[in-house]
Amino acid sequence: MSQYHLQPDQKLDVAAILEDLANYRPRRRGWTWREPVPNLKMGPFTYHDCSRPLKESVPLPPAHYFEDIDPQPIQTITTEIASGRFEDDIRRMRLAAHHGADHIMVIRTAGQSHFDGLIEGTPQGMGGVPITRKQVRAQRKALDMIEDEVGRPINYHSYVSGVAGPDIAVMFAEEGVNGVHQDPQYNVIYRNINMARSFVDACESKKLIAWAGMAQIDGAHNANATAREAWKVMPELMVQHAINALFSAKVGVAKKNICLSTVPPTATPAPCVYMDLPYAVALRDLFHEYRMRAQMNTKYIESSTREATVTHVLNMLISKLTSADIQSTITPDEGRNVPWHIYNIEACDTAKQSLVGMDGLMEMVELKNEGPLREKARELKERAVLFLEEMLEMGGYFAAVEAGFFVDSGLYPERNGDGIARKLEGGIGAGTVIPRANDYLAPVEAHYGRNNTAQYDLPQGHSPEELIGGCTLSCPEKIQYIDELDEQDNVWVRMAEVQEYAGPQAKILKPEMEWSADGIVMMTMFFPTSKPIAEAAALETGKRLNLQEVTVISREVMHPVEGTRIELKGKVPFSIEIDKLEIPKEPEVLSEDEIRANIAAKPMRVVCGTVGQDEHSVGLREIIDIKHGGIEKYGIEVYYLGTSVPPEKLVNAAIELDAEAILASCIISHDNIHYTNISRIDALAKEMGVRDKLIFVAGGTQIDNDQAQAAGADVGFGRGTKGSHVATFLVQHRKR
Amino acid sequence: MKRNDDYLERRGHLSQLSDAQLEERFWGLVEKLVDPLLQLGYENTTPAIERSVLLRMGFSSLEARDIVNGCLERHLLGHGAGHVVYRLAKKLDLGIREAGLRLVQGQDWDLALSLFADSVKEQ
Repeated sequence: MSQYHLQPDQKLDVAAILEDLANYRPRRRGWTWREPVPNLKMGPFTYHDCSRPLKESVPLPPAHYFEDIDPQPIQTITTEIASGRFEDDIRRMRLAAHHGADHIMVIRTAGQSHFDGLIEGTPQGMGGVPITRKQVRAQRKALDMIEDEVGRPINYHSYVSGVAGPDIAVMFAEEGVNGVHQDPQYNVIYRNINMARSFVDACESKKLIAWAGMAQIDGAHNANATAREAWKVMPELMVQHAINALFSAKVGVAKKNICLSTVPPTATPAPCVYMDLPYAVALRDLFHEYRMRAQMNTKYIESSTREATVTHVLNMLISKLTSADIQSTITPDEGRNVPWHIYNIEACDTAKQSLVGMDGLMEMVELKNEGPLREKARELKERAVLFLEEMLEMGGYFAAVEAGFFVDSGLYPERNGDGIARKLEGGIGAGTVIPRANDYLAPVEAHYGRNNTAQYDLPQGHSPEELIGGCTLSCPEKIQYIDELDEQDNVWVRMAEVQEYAGPQAKILKPEMEWSADGIVMMTMFFPTSKPIAEAAALETGKRLNLQEVTVISREVMHPVEGTRIELKGKVPFSIEIDKLEIPKEPEVLSEDEIRANIAAKPMRVVCGTVGQDEHSVGLREIIDIKHGGIEKYGIEVYYLGTSVPPEKLVNAAIELDAEAILASCIISHDNIHYTNISRIDALAKEMGVRDKLIFVAGGTQIDNDQAQAAGADVGFGRGTKGSHVATFLVQHRKR
Repeated sequence: MKRNDDYLERRGHLSQLSDAQLEERFWGLVEKLVDPLLQLGYENTTPAIERSVLLRMGFSSLEARDIVNGCLERHLLGHGAGHVVYRLAKKLDLGIREAGLRLVQGQDWDLALSLFADSVKEQ
């Protein structure tokens, strides 16, 4: 086995992950839920619905106000990562895990549902990734390392559907995949795969899912995304959930691993919470033995990421008011088909932020037990029962599908005649369901249905795999690993093309949205004109900026003629050489407690003022005032001499007050007068024999540290400086 | 089919049920729908199921595809593709993988057919 491990300060080396995959074995099977920690204490707070914190993570942006805590909600958080190049997705998985995702879902490439068998090797995908043994193995191996780094198990997930469901289910069971979508109704309705074939295959697939302890998610949410008026399919959604849930349980999948893919059916400007909440309650009433995977509404997402994010948050309010075991995070760019790194991460943060923000909510509020909520929920349940009754009257599931019963846009029993109908004798794979002969045998573990092992005298209670000395599920060394089948379309060819940009030793950079060195950037702009003109003007702007392949990805009317907001994407035609960049050093910052302790042990007095002909004081105020987080808050005693203070006055005041430091703010930059003033203060202090005793800090928006030091200051602080930076310097300089 | 919303007329027989009774009725109906589907799975197989059996027996996806296609052509799939390999291995006193690879190479199919001649008649 390879010895490669992730280093916190180093980029992930995809090439190292790909080494020695033939000998990789997954280290566990099955799904892992988060570990709840009741009354979790983090920083100054106590949490009510949070789980065990991570070892390594990136907290929410304002966390630095709260001791950098990063509380993790109790719900598993999903992110969908599938850019078409699995090798680039591996890096995105590391980003997502650090932002709180512990369920990584890989969408399959377009058309895989109709591929009759396993795809092998690592071809590039479209709209998803070709799911192959090599690709799964590489990503599971990478996630083993990533989960060690963040300190929480990560569930890896893809799809067991299409005409090769059982093939894929075996491969997933062998390769340690933790969660799957499996729902024969999805095949039937959305992929036009023969109905009988889909259900017979599903028995075998689900048996394997049960054996491997995978969590299973159904496909019912697609009805919501497909129906013309999505909120009207609520009774049908419950029927679809129920068919897959009970079918799976009867094959042997543990109910605790059967998850409903439930979606709040509507979105604003509909009064969505009023409509979605009764549905969520009805569902949880009927399916209390099963798990809830709360998908977000994608039906109504437009190209505004802001709007999509608000929908996501409203959906999570429903999750919080009812329940969710897994919380989805469709990327907020779903509506414009740019599944980029940054939006995956934003969506993970949105979920974490919302769920942590609503921590403990249900200890303070409860859903009413009477009124419209319960009445609507009851009505939906009754409509679902009526739906089932009519299906049985018609002759069962197949007959109902043939009659176009599903995805009809009428609120059942209303029917609009626009459902999706399929023929029992039609669809892909029709005629491939074959009766088992009396001597039918499958000498393997996790096989569903009649299996005549008695003809070979295998005693009852023994696994059929004993006939062949064990199958791959108990003897993984029997697995046949295929590396690549296509010499042109594979990961090595793709990686070679971007070799100089990739890996820990890369010397050049390009902006990146989804693939290594794709060079994609997004620009947001406003044009004071109508939408068509703004769109054309934006494209022209992109071209004149020398962007390539310029495309408008979002347009929002601010006013029909006064203005339009445009977002466009394009590719930059250049690379950045890292060695030639001037990279300013990050200022070192001590903790508030460390600075306070130092000042408490030995009080410090400073004098400060704005020097030169300058009446501005805002910058200096930011640095000193307690209400702006300035140095006063650490207990430093500050004498503020005002604006336009002559250098002599600053030095004299420092001597009279026995101050340890002078803070001079020098704002105006013409003729380099600020550096002249710095030199003057330094010279005066030397003349008076106090320079050695004084710390001299120069600051201002135009100040550069090197030039300030050359002019005689001990340090120069420029734009973006905070009180903590100055206080840290004062304390550390005094120690020296 | 087109139909107006007649929920209020249809719900009569449900209106007196308690929530628990309604839930029981819901799952009872679902069970009646799924049981025939499970029976269908119990009594039938498909090329994908048979490939999945062969994968578990230690064949690659390409080998499994060839063996299953060979069984389909010769109407042997109803006995189980893994079964065909198993009987052939016993007959030739070979390992499972060696026997299966002979089929992949197009060998011994007539022998395989003869091993199931009796049970073909029996059907």
